[in-house]
Amino acid sequence: MAVMSPRQWALTAVVLAIMLALPLVLPAFWLSGILGRSLVYGIVALSLTFLASYGGFISLAQTMIAGVAGYTVAILAPTAIPASSSALSYWLAMPAALVAATVAGGVIGLIAVRTRDIYLLMITLALAVGFSLFAQSNIDWFNGYEGIRNILGPDIFGYPFRTHLVFYYVSLTVAALLYLLVLYVVRTPFGLTLQGIRDNPRRVSALGFDVALHRVAAFALAGFIAGCGGVLITFYNIGITPSSIGMTATVNVLVMSVIGGLGHPIGAFIGAVIFSLMDTFAATVYDRNRFNTLIGLVFLVIVLVSPDGVLGFGKRLLFWRKPKAREEQTGTH
Amino acid sequence: MLRKTLRISTAIALATGALALSGMTAANAQETIKIGSITTLEGPFATGGQDAYRAMEMAFEEIDYTINGKTIEWIRESSNAQADVALARARKLIEQDNVDIIIGPLSGAEGIALRDYSRTLEGKTIVNGSSGAADTTLRDASPNFFRFNTEGTQWMAGLGNHVYNDLGIQHVALVAADYAFPYAQVMGFMLDYCKAGGAVTKLWSPLNTTDFGSIIANIPDDAGAVLLIQGGTDALAFLTQYAEAGGELPIIGGSITADQTLLSARGPHQRLMEGMLAAGPIADLNDDPMWVEWVAAYRERFPDGFDSPSIHAFNYYTNTKAVLLALEEVGGDLSNNQQAFQEALAGIEFKNPMGANVALDDNRQAISDIFLTRIVDDGGTLRTQAFGKAEGVTQTMGMDRDEFLALGSPSRDNPDCPPTN
Repeated sequence: MAVMSPRQWALTAVVLAIMLALPLVLPAFWLSGILGRSLVYGIVALSLTFLASYGGFISLAQTMIAGVAGYTVAILAPTAIPASSSALSYWLAMPAALVAATVAGGVIGLIAVRTRDIYLLMITLALAVGFSLFAQSNIDWFNGYEGIRNILGPDIFGYPFRTHLVFYYVSLTVAALLYLLVLYVVRTPFGLTLQGIRDNPRRVSALGFDVALHRVAAFALAGFIAGCGGVLITFYNIGITPSSIGMTATVNVLVMSVIGGLGHPIGAFIGAVIFSLMDTFAATVYDRNRFNTLIGLVFLVIVLVSPDGVLGFGKRLLFWRKPKAREEQTGTH
Repeated sequence: MLRKTLRISTAIALATGALALSGMTAANAQETIKIGSITTLEGPFATGGQDAYRAMEMAFEEIDYTINGKTIEWIRESSNAQADVALARARKLIEQDNVDIIIGPLSGAEGIALRDYSRTLEGKTIVNGSSGAADTTLRDASPNFFRFNTEGTQWMAGLGNHVYNDLGIQHVALVAADYAFPYAQVMGFMLDYCKAGGAVTKLWSPLNTTDFGSIIANIPDDAGAVLLIQGGTDALAFLTQYAEAGGELPIIGGSITADQTLLSARGPHQRLMEGMLAAGPIADLNDDPMWVEWVAAYRERFPDGFDSPSIHAFNYYTNTKAVLLALEEVGGDLSNNQQAFQEALAGIEFKNPMGANVALDDNRQAISDIFLTRIVDDGGTLRTQAFGKAEGVTQTMGMDRDEFLALGSPSRDNPDCPPTN
């Protein structure tokens, strides 16, 4: 029941150590503007990768669930503009947001419980677009098109959340914990059943497992993960507007997951880093009026060269080397 | 826990050191002034964004990119009219490219996002591009955010009085899109119109409505005009269907109703367009020599641009001009956290290309003139022509600030003056 092999543990530890040390060498913008941003959006992508790789569910509602958490924390936040009558401290608003996101995840799981494949995609897309339009037209809670601003986040050890280092380390900690959580969960009986459902729901059902319940629980867990991302994204953007959870944002998260690779949770973060880098610097390296073409081309090339994302490409490189190594071994004997 | 605290504080100390270092290099490199800009080269307002950059280019070329011997370096960024994207671009400009001043953005929610971001900055200035949400400067204004263009509510100044007093129309049917910008415009119209004694029947439709059948059926019989606060394809859809239904009421437009989509499209709506009234900061035809000269310069510099500069070009130009004038006043000196520059910027008074005087109020929001416009047939093309103006329109529409704020934010139900029967 090991979460990872010793080698994977070592690799994870090395990557984490490098990430922890990065603030010593990187300028501030890279910490929050590239890496921090990749981490928080990567968390939302992680929730999608979890559902896709272990449950076989491609859900387009993960950005919307992040939005549920974001709007919950924004509505309850003490610094919100416009101020709400129900302002709490951030330390109460954040758990409330996570509960809301988990519940929203479960509800979406319930609604979509009988659908698979393209139908699941459609129903989650409909929910996502519906929620974004609702937020845009509701003034009383969501403040419509302008959204809720000035969500600064709590102070951590006396430092404002928006300090580059605080934001970076908090995002890194949360992302690492959620990543390990996903790796742990998929080895539990629940996670194994989930993978069974992915491969053959009828057989799992015949074995006496409640398939529907497992699906709803998986969506609720993914909702919790997306909710963590949603809260951090709202702090990063100093607020939330309907466009934060609209079609573009939804597709962006899908793009991150796909180019990173849906095969393993780490793909979500790899995809998010590539996406942030492209999004930030494409306009610098290419014509400013046409830089979206470059972004599109790069993503197209990644998906064409390696249908299972950058991660799949890396894996193939490894496997391409391995048989060779084995050959050498047999040769010496 | 303790180790973490220690690590964070060491890291913060290190970062502060790095920051101080980069601050020093910035001070040495003060021979160039870095100006970043954000507009929408993607998404629904892409053509407006392109036009905005044309106008900025004109403003920089007028002074040959130099202020007092210092070169201006212009770094352009693009957003897609979404607040998060505009914010990410602004962060990149400030934190990565190390610009001194940002000019932008173009749309309302982006403006509010950058206003909030500017509050967290020190020694940096954000000057609006073309965004027109009232709250950007009306409530919770930021000391680092300046806006030299007028906004949605101001743009309707004078129209309400003109419709009631000069045209004698006592009841209008309002056909408007159901979101923040039309709310602001409707408020600007209704403040005067309701006070004068007029009544308004409100008919809201969601953004991107294609079928206005039920709305047309609900226009009251005793209405004297239709007040149409819609933009782009929505306005076109309504006017086409209203014309086909045999509608005869005069049309009064909002500031973005009579845009190029509507003016250049052919169809039954053209019957209703000629003579359509509106109000706003610009008009295609304006006798002021500054405007005539500016339009001629624009058309000569950009033969592939629009026939007449768009409202976004006008706003970006006005804001860029203000930045350049203030920079000239302080000789390009941005030291001391830009204190002298920001003071100069706050105190500056100049004329925008329409020949209207521009000055800022205490919240760093423009006070300027608003023009009443009418659509005329100018040798086969429909254009807007200025025929009157309201001078020195403040953001509080001439009211006392507290009194105006007490009216509350504009919404579907605020303000309200329904017909009595």
